[in-house]
Amino acid sequence: MSTCTDTTRRRFLAGAAGLAATTLAPGVMLITAGPARAAGGPVTNARRWGLLIDTTKCDAGCDDCVVACRTENGWQGHDRPATDSQWIRKVDLTDQVTGAKTSLPVMCQHCETPPCVDVCPTGASFKRADGIVLVDKHICIGCRYCMMACPYKARSFVHETTHGQKPHAPRGKGTVEACTLCVHRVDAGGTPACVEACAEKAGREAMVFGDLNDPNSDISKVAGRLVATRIRADLGLNQGVLYHGF
Amino acid sequence: MIDQTTYRPIEGRSTEYLTLVGWLGLMVLAALGSAYYMEHNGHWVTGMSNQVIWGTPHVFAVFLIVAASGALNVASIASVFGKKAYKPLSRLSALLAVALLAGGLAVLVLDLGRPDRLIVAMTTYNFKSIFAWNIYLYTGFFVIVAVYLWMMMERRMQKYSSTAGLVAFVWRLILTTGTGSIFGFLVARQAYDAAILAPTFIVLSFAYGLAIFLLVIMTVCRGTGICLGDALLVRLRNLLRLFVVSSLYFVAVYHLTNLYGTENHGVEKFLLVSGGIYTGLFWVGQVIVGYLVPMGLLYHPATRGSRTNIVLASVLVIVGGLCQMYVTIIAGQAFPLNMFPGYDVSSSFFDGVVAAYSPSLPEVVLGLGGMALAMAIVAVAIKVLPFLPDDLSDKKAGDGEDADAEVLGA
Repeated sequence: MSTCTDTTRRRFLAGAAGLAATTLAPGVMLITAGPARAAGGPVTNARRWGLLIDTTKCDAGCDDCVVACRTENGWQGHDRPATDSQWIRKVDLTDQVTGAKTSLPVMCQHCETPPCVDVCPTGASFKRADGIVLVDKHICIGCRYCMMACPYKARSFVHETTHGQKPHAPRGKGTVEACTLCVHRVDAGGTPACVEACAEKAGREAMVFGDLNDPNSDISKVAGRLVATRIRADLGLNQGVLYHGF
Repeated sequence: MIDQTTYRPIEGRSTEYLTLVGWLGLMVLAALGSAYYMEHNGHWVTGMSNQVIWGTPHVFAVFLIVAASGALNVASIASVFGKKAYKPLSRLSALLAVALLAGGLAVLVLDLGRPDRLIVAMTTYNFKSIFAWNIYLYTGFFVIVAVYLWMMMERRMQKYSSTAGLVAFVWRLILTTGTGSIFGFLVARQAYDAAILAPTFIVLSFAYGLAIFLLVIMTVCRGTGICLGDALLVRLRNLLRLFVVSSLYFVAVYHLTNLYGTENHGVEKFLLVSGGIYTGLFWVGQVIVGYLVPMGLLYHPATRGSRTNIVLASVLVIVGGLCQMYVTIIAGQAFPLNMFPGYDVSSSFFDGVVAAYSPSLPEVVLGLGGMALAMAIVAVAIKVLPFLPDDLSDKKAGDGEDADAEVLGA
């Protein structure tokens, strides 16, 4: 039954993507809505999910992606900025020499060789075969070594009792959490909430989601056309999140 | 080497002893209360945040764990390097090592987000994690030192004690390498990511462990009336000052190496010049209090002959060590991640700014409780089992070796 539902939804999303492609052209289709893994089936490395963020289209005053992520995943805080979680944040850059300004969202970079996974003593930090880096909340002991190791400050420690949790994004006081690339949506054939908000709410289309393994996917095409870079590329982590324009 | 020394448990009925144990027990209880308070409310009630992830409990925990391996040195010098003069101190040395490690690990575990999942940490491993290796190194240390103690204390097994001592010595070197590598392997943060941190931690452990050992043995001898000879104390003093000089050397090399590369000038300027409390703790706490004053006290002819100054120097080495751990652990996190070289950075998540951190009372109480637990273990153990020799006078300690003729004053 669920398979039927999934298939239907996938067809719908694929159709929507096709529609978006035709209406949003020229050139760039924002969403790659290829079939997700079969319900209950294994994740394989046939795909590598990724994001490409075109910072030239990202506005410093816009945080629609952040709001969408918070709403989707229920990580609203307690008005304590130092200890509240932030799965995604807007970072503003000013070139120290030229003074040029850039704004971009930063979230878990879904590294191919994630330092957080390397250092986690229990294996709670793990990378799926399709490149999505997650935390298994059941075996996270809250040692926070992954947060020490992450070069992107992408992870948050849940400092107090949570409220308003979403069934698809479990959280737990005393454990570590981060962007899941909206894995619940991706597995159902959808796209991350931030990408959706950037295109539909903000109308900026600065974020492209898709399969980096597929040379015909939009993210691969855009990444091939634009000069895409990675934050701290010198670390050689081959992140799944790419940037253009800074 | 068959040990002919007579060992006895202390009587442990004096008011002073009972008062000491009572206070230590209260401190441990207070630490448990603090841990409960932090876990019940969540870590937001501490000074820690998503910027400074490891706080004061880690300062105490890492200090104690590093000191633990160093406290074993006295036993190693006897067993591995064959210095008979230290042999009567070996049992206490091994006991102190185990006690300090237990105190440090207790703090570490109680500061976890989910200490109730300790069993997960003990049963589910990621073998690429240096933390997971350390779990093996710590538990292995307990087992090896326990076996070592057994071989020292059981007359029939004493012929094997040197071998056990050698294994323990090698293990403690690996253990401290592991502790230093917890930081040394972190490529993300500029203050860490340095291979020299592993040997530095080993040298630091020599100093911290010996300073604590000196305070413990001098306190115990004073309390029990065991005669602690000048020759033995002079040997320990000379070792301590050498370890302090070595610590200073390694720290200097660490900073000079960093200073050579332009990319690290920012973090070095932060640590050495403009880091506020961290710069102050580095120069005043770590360097002056922790290195220079103890070196002066232990080397200068006018001061080195005093037992009081040996005590004072040991206390200063410990205070300096805590400052050093504070600077290493807290300042290393407070300095912002260098995610975008060449850009000024700002965000709602404190990117590009020095993170604020103030230790909260529960954190400090938890850390001190770890120290108290270590001391309580020693206090109780020396009453229950024969860890202490009945005589540490020069006549015994010298034992035909090149005893130092120096005479110490009060």
